Amino acid sequence: MISVSLNSYIALSVILFALGFLGVLIRRNTIVIFMCLELMLIASTIALVAFSRYNGTLDGNVFVFFILTVAAAEVAVGLAIIVALFRRRQTIQVDALNSLKD
Amino acid sequence: MFNLFALLVVFGAIGVVVSKNVVHGAMSLLVSLLGVTGLFVLLDAYLLAFVLLLVYAGAVVALFLFIVMLLDTHGDQRPGVKHLPLIASVITGALVVVGAASFIMHARLPEPILANVPVVGDSLKHYAYQLFTTYLLPVQVIGFLLLIAMIGVIVLSRKHEEAAS
Repeated sequence: MISVSLNSYIALSVILFALGFLGVLIRRNTIVIFMCLELMLIASTIALVAFSRYNGTLDGNVFVFFILTVAAAEVAVGLAIIVALFRRRQTIQVDALNSLKD
Repeated sequence: MFNLFALLVVFGAIGVVVSKNVVHGAMSLLVSLLGVTGLFVLLDAYLLAFVLLLVYAGAVVALFLFIVMLLDTHGDQRPGVKHLPLIASVITGALVVVGAASFIMHARLPEPILANVPVVGDSLKHYAYQLFTTYLLPVQVIGFLLLIAMIGVIVLSRKHEEAAS
């Protein structure tokens, strides 16, 4: 197997995190914002698994387990909130959800 | 192989960010997750790759698609992003990349050769041992978190007839 340096994995993780961050900032659809949050979580797991592998330990991998669990719970709760929001306001665009601002 | 999977990850992420249609975005997320699964296999984390595929591709993306179909927000399209927030967001994302790149360039990490590092995560026994000894308390906390999330989802998705009346 060709040995890939640790920096490549970290760089990929950073790029993925930045893309997710960009998506959270520029998109207006709440569901797409949620997908970009998932991208950021996945980016952190790549870095954790890479560090764990290159140090010969298992702690990072176990931590990724917990991250996956929390991410699954977060998606369930977040999508339930979106459904409740859509039921009440008939929209999920963040532009229209400004009743706290006014 | 790393380059192939990295390309899958990055192009999937770009697809999520730029796609107009939410269903296409969910499919791009799926492509990105497949790339991440490949990377986990390259890093000898086979169990994590399997769990990621099962939880994310199986449950999370399916849940996203389900909600998109349920809400049917096609008549809700707004005009595209304004220029000033777009420029500010791109600058912020570039700053994240530059900051992390400077960290990577200047970090004095010892660079281990991958072939010399022992593979510890290749068997289920190691995971189970860690989860039930060192990380026993976090496992129980995560269990309670899942319970609370389940109750919260049930409460949130209930119809508020009594609140409206």
